[in-house]
Amino acid sequence: MTEERKNKDDGQATGSPTSSKQSNDSSTREIVIPGEVIGEGDLLPGEGTEKRDGKIVAVRYGLKESDSKLIKVIPLSGVYQPRRGNIVIGKVEMLTFNGWVIDIGIGENAFLSVAEVPRYVNKNDLGEVMDLGDMAVAKIWGINARGIDLSLKSRGLGKIEEGMIVEINPSKVPRVIGKEGSMISMIKEETDCQITVGHNGFVWIKGDEIENELLAKKAIEFIARKSFVSGLTDEVKKFFEEEKK
Amino acid sequence: MITPEINKERVMKYLQEGKRFDGRKLEEFRELTIETGISKNAEGSAKVKLGNTEVYVGVKMAVGEPYPDSPDKGNLMVTAEFLPLSSDRFESGPPQFPSIELGRVTDRVLRESHFIEFEKLCIKKGEKVWTVFVDIYTINDDGNLLDAAGIGAVAALKSAKIPFYDGKEGKIDYEKESKEKLPLSKDIPLSLTAYKMGDKIIMDPTREEEDISDARVTLGIKSGVVSSMQKGLNDKINVEDLGKIFDLLEEKSKEIVLKIEKSLK
Amino acid sequence: MEVKSKPEVSSQPNKKQNSVERPDGRKADETRPIVAEVGIIPNADGSAKFAFGGTVAIAAVYGPKKMHPQHKQNPSKGVLRCDYSMMSFSVKDRIRPGPSRRSMEISKITEWALQPAIDLEAYPNMVVDVHINILQADASTRCAGINAAAMALAHAGIPMKDMVTSVSIGKLDKELVVDVNKAEEDWEEGEGATDIAMSFTSAGELTHMQLDGHITTEQLKEAVKLGQKAVKEIYEIQKQALKTGKKIETGGKKK
Repeated sequence: MTEERKNKDDGQATGSPTSSKQSNDSSTREIVIPGEVIGEGDLLPGEGTEKRDGKIVAVRYGLKESDSKLIKVIPLSGVYQPRRGNIVIGKVEMLTFNGWVIDIGIGENAFLSVAEVPRYVNKNDLGEVMDLGDMAVAKIWGINARGIDLSLKSRGLGKIEEGMIVEINPSKVPRVIGKEGSMISMIKEETDCQITVGHNGFVWIKGDEIENELLAKKAIEFIARKSFVSGLTDEVKKFFEEEKK
Repeated sequence: MITPEINKERVMKYLQEGKRFDGRKLEEFRELTIETGISKNAEGSAKVKLGNTEVYVGVKMAVGEPYPDSPDKGNLMVTAEFLPLSSDRFESGPPQFPSIELGRVTDRVLRESHFIEFEKLCIKKGEKVWTVFVDIYTINDDGNLLDAAGIGAVAALKSAKIPFYDGKEGKIDYEKESKEKLPLSKDIPLSLTAYKMGDKIIMDPTREEEDISDARVTLGIKSGVVSSMQKGLNDKINVEDLGKIFDLLEEKSKEIVLKIEKSLK
Repeated sequence: MEVKSKPEVSSQPNKKQNSVERPDGRKADETRPIVAEVGIIPNADGSAKFAFGGTVAIAAVYGPKKMHPQHKQNPSKGVLRCDYSMMSFSVKDRIRPGPSRRSMEISKITEWALQPAIDLEAYPNMVVDVHINILQADASTRCAGINAAAMALAHAGIPMKDMVTSVSIGKLDKELVVDVNKAEEDWEEGEGATDIAMSFTSAGELTHMQLDGHITTEQLKEAVKLGQKAVKEIYEIQKQALKTGKKIETGGKKK
């Protein structure tokens, strides 16, 4: 089952947040519901849809998006679907003899092996690196029958020392990141904070002033709330203008 | 979600500067809205919202035997259910301590303040009296259920009417419209809670804030008189702080009572 | 329902007979005013309210999430778990808090009603919890509960092949009516009352049916057809609520 999912996912997403293909053309967006016929004819059924008796039917609640070939449903809600290459933020739930079990907010646990930590780790004292309840930014490098494997071997990964965590629905993550990362860059610039967006819906914000962190938090929550609005970038610009008055 | 440790540190650090995440002052309440008459089969009912925290309270009445030590007085029964619907932290199954405590704290503020005039709820001395049931349900938990439940109980009781009791048949006749209001004291009691976080005292915490509080003090107050109290959670409170808390709660109760009275008009 | 002496059932129901007058003046195929709204519980992954007149149900969905206890996990797909309960003050005679035989049966019936529409293949070992509470009851509470639950599941982003819509069909004396209220449930004239709760997927297939009363199989077939017709209209209201994110209220007669 897990194996199957992995293959499917690899075909659908590259895992990079900036490659999100979400269209900016929101004028044609319509919210559809499960079981609703959303297309006919030669269109290909994409994510969140299936073909039934020659018709394309939505199997998720979300935004209908189509081009000349493909029709799909972009979810507005739902649980995180792990994909290889995703950045996730999680909490240490258990220490084992060779690594950490990390809760990334879904049904299955993720495992970070000692071998995936880019520094010397004293196996007798894993808690010195990360202890129960600590939070970390990690990358999914493998999904298999045993579960999800995490790694810290990349820039920007590791234990979270301070700042704040904001939780949004994972379906809103592409909007928070924006096209080519444009949205998140704007928030970083406006708030002077470092921000890491986990694909699992956890966002880590760190700034010099708590006020700045709170402004970033507010902006992210604003985007999550308005995720199906067209012209979101302008809305967010307005949001910052209002906030800075 | 369970509040992450680093968020707790941030909340605390900000509090030390006298500030809260949502911009409120330390003792400031969130927006309070009260709606009564939300369930037509109840004798009285209310929905209370404090920001994102929401509770429903319903009042039912039944006729039963009085307790031997109060043969001419009605009875009160308060229960609280933390519905799994209202938070992923609440599970189905037997009641857990927080719901039991919520029911008991609310029971005491209503009972000890003599809000309900039980002597007027006697049908036949030693044989038949009214029992007033106050049932509290959580709908969305974003902190401070204690105060929301107390306000909800008062509002539901204020809206309650006594059903028609058919003495001959020995049962309540719901077909007959009831006009008689539940006998209550003119002044309303209030159960208000102050939360200690580090060396700061705050009121009406969000879930995130309540998760960090070390101790809390709930006072049941009616017209400036304290008639019930609960000190909760693990930490100790020094007596000087306690005095400040009493003053704060008394002051605050005046403000909240006004708000309730205004919205019940 | 109380046990009554069984009146004779006419073997040939005749629709053209004197039609019964419904206590609230509705037409035979008319539901009570409906209220439908999603997103009413901020903490939940999905939530909804659904009302048939004086019957008000609220539902919240949490998950898919880890299944506890572990021995209840299904390694091949996710598990749907429903719990239905009535608030103590939702009826005239107070209900003692906590589960009852009735609420436990309805919980399971609700699960069966929704199961065919949802697809939890992608969530092995996980559980989707659906909590339904009845705030106010005027009969047909399980139908309102199922309608709220289906909306909350969709709202939570759970993969679903279809929506589910539920309605009760009553037989008052000899005549079939849509959406039974308490006064009709207690109907005593002629052949008395028969209460038939049923649920369908939006593709029109039956996922739940229960009956109390007395009716010929012939008329029961008619009842199913009437139910199928009624849920089409109710489905449109569920759909609108989900599509607009707003509270949808159908007019109906103000009493």
